[in-house]
Amino acid sequence: MAEKTERLENGNVHTLSLLVENKPAVLQRIASLFARRGYNIESLAVGPTERPEYSRMTVVVRLTQKPVEQAVRQLQKLIPVMEVRELSPHDKLERELVLIKIKTPEKNHAELRAIAETYQAQIVDVSPDALMIEATGTASKLDALEERLAVFGITELCRSGRIALERGFKTLAPPHLKD
Amino acid sequence: MAKERMTGAQAVIRALELEGVDWLFGMPGGTILPIYDALFSSKKLKHVLIRHEQVGGHAAEGFAHATGRVGVCMATSGPGSTNLVTPLADAYMDSVPLVAITANVPTALIGTDAFQEADITGITMPITKHNYLVTDVNDIPRVMKEAFHIARTGRPGPVHIDIPKDVLNMALDFEYPEEVHIPGYMPKPKEEPRLAEAALLVRSSVRPVVYLGGGVRAGNAFAEIFEFCELVGAPVVTTLHGKGAFPETHPNCLGMFGMHGSRYANYTVQGSDLIVALGARFDDRVTGKLSAFAPEAKIVHLDVDPAELSKLVTATVPLVGDLKELLPRFTAATKKEFEERGRPHIEAWWERVRGWQEKHPLTINQAGEKYILPQTAVRRIWEKCEGRAIVTTGVGEHQMWAAQFWKVSAPRQFITSGGLGTMGFCLPAAIGIQLGRPDAMVVGIDGDGSFQMTLQDLATAVDQKLPIKIFILNNRFLGMVRQWQELFYERRFSETPLSDIPDFVKLAEAYKCLGLIARTMEELDGVIDRALAHREGPCIVDIRVKRQEKVYPMVPAGAPLNDMIGGN
Repeated sequence: MAEKTERLENGNVHTLSLLVENKPAVLQRIASLFARRGYNIESLAVGPTERPEYSRMTVVVRLTQKPVEQAVRQLQKLIPVMEVRELSPHDKLERELVLIKIKTPEKNHAELRAIAETYQAQIVDVSPDALMIEATGTASKLDALEERLAVFGITELCRSGRIALERGFKTLAPPHLKD
Repeated sequence: MAKERMTGAQAVIRALELEGVDWLFGMPGGTILPIYDALFSSKKLKHVLIRHEQVGGHAAEGFAHATGRVGVCMATSGPGSTNLVTPLADAYMDSVPLVAITANVPTALIGTDAFQEADITGITMPITKHNYLVTDVNDIPRVMKEAFHIARTGRPGPVHIDIPKDVLNMALDFEYPEEVHIPGYMPKPKEEPRLAEAALLVRSSVRPVVYLGGGVRAGNAFAEIFEFCELVGAPVVTTLHGKGAFPETHPNCLGMFGMHGSRYANYTVQGSDLIVALGARFDDRVTGKLSAFAPEAKIVHLDVDPAELSKLVTATVPLVGDLKELLPRFTAATKKEFEERGRPHIEAWWERVRGWQEKHPLTINQAGEKYILPQTAVRRIWEKCEGRAIVTTGVGEHQMWAAQFWKVSAPRQFITSGGLGTMGFCLPAAIGIQLGRPDAMVVGIDGDGSFQMTLQDLATAVDQKLPIKIFILNNRFLGMVRQWQELFYERRFSETPLSDIPDFVKLAEAYKCLGLIARTMEELDGVIDRALAHREGPCIVDIRVKRQEKVYPMVPAGAPLNDMIGGN
């Protein structure tokens, strides 16, 4: 999971957006399909959508040989999957969220605040010998932030899966709701 | 329809009746008791008590395969349900429409490691077309309706429904839905099928071959296939499951190709410039080494499952659709193409194909042999049935000999486990076939290893008075594995001799069946005659065949399709 972006850039990596029924075991169905067909999940994020009966999944998948259409078609066969699409690399907005805890004496806090500001990140928790930074952005931006903070000693880090939408008016509507 | 108050278990039974189910296969147990209690009052359903749930699953498969209807099986929670795993996986691989119903422990006990609890929906998820864990009794009618719909439509397959015992005991107001509404199921293809382009490829080809798979049976498109093949006039090859899709007695039919196909069928595929694949999935057992498969061929691939197109072999023209609906349109487009531009000249191609047929026939070299050759046994049984029986098999060498020498002239007459390759399939399938087709002669060609995997259900066959005839081609080996050991493992016969085989005649008699044995060529015909004439219940025939006989020709695993060993 959550490979570094340098590797994401140079592989057969695809971002799939799925609209799925918000029902028990749907995540299991999808994860199990990826596992048994040999598709490597690099990142996965699930959350509610504008309609309570559906969830949206953003799956970043690394494919070794098979064309991505094969994965899309296999996913489409799952009954709780309403719609699947590969998001075009040029036409998508992607975001990740990271929380970073740094154990460091108070004298360093000012410098950390400056770094956070550069990355439009926020300090969300402060104690005398530790602080926590929250940042959102593209994977490469968060990678850069992590690298910058590494010298201070990252003691704990939690990064979300990637979420993504296509720019413009295009949507991923379930088939029966399309006009 | 007025709503009727009943329990969840009664709703299951009512739904089965409304789906027109007559036969179902199962065994009761603790958690499924409510369903069996409701079944006790049903006047329409006929339940076959099997002796092992796996057999119930395969019997339902045999029934479905032979009749084209949905097969139904039931099992209790825990081991009952896990015993259904093999038939579900088998039905999934072979696209057999099945509805499997299991009960689970009461909702409050789920997740507590209760007695006879298994996460069976978690287990069957990757081996079913869809599955359900019903937690609300009011969902039962909808789920039953959806299950049958999903099982039989599109690419057919098994659907599994798991219902906790307490849900079966709750009450609901039963109303069976008239329609199904499953928004995520079988979305319409976004593009129009490129029929004109496909037809032009057929018109332009001078070395065409038509490749038929199990999809013809699954799509029930036998007449449509016949019309297309007659129009094109190309050589027709089939997979194991394609046997019967087009009459093997037709001069254009070259029979099965692949790992144990004939040389002439494989050479034809390899030499072709166009493969029209209809309801097939380019399985590794038919393509051989993928990168060397039919190097000069363009591919028109028609299948109902879009995920099969360009999965292994890239289609020049992929056509997504139901064979029964789309193939006639393809045929019409091809006809139009022929009328406008004239028929393609494939006479020279046929000459080459006939040359291969003459040079490399599939033959049986019984002359001078002391022992019965298994191929001879298959051929003699086939001749004596005059090709009219429905044949089923286990898995192994006997299955391949049956595939090579049992010529199928009509649909749904060759029923076997192809994709999963499940030993023990023969007897259970024969039970289901005979119940589904009571007037048909049902013949099993089995192996001694395969037969011993499910033989306890002879009791079921006797109970139901089924006149099935199981011919065991007995070589006292796990023969196919032994063949690979001889050819590829320096004759190191690790754990393949079955020297302590039971006395199958006595075994048959212990189960109150007719048991017969043929040891020599002189005995063979008489024994087959007696078996075929026996109508009062099952008959088991032990045919002692030459032990070391191998299935030839053969494409070694990983070799190109035309790189065959053995045979003529």
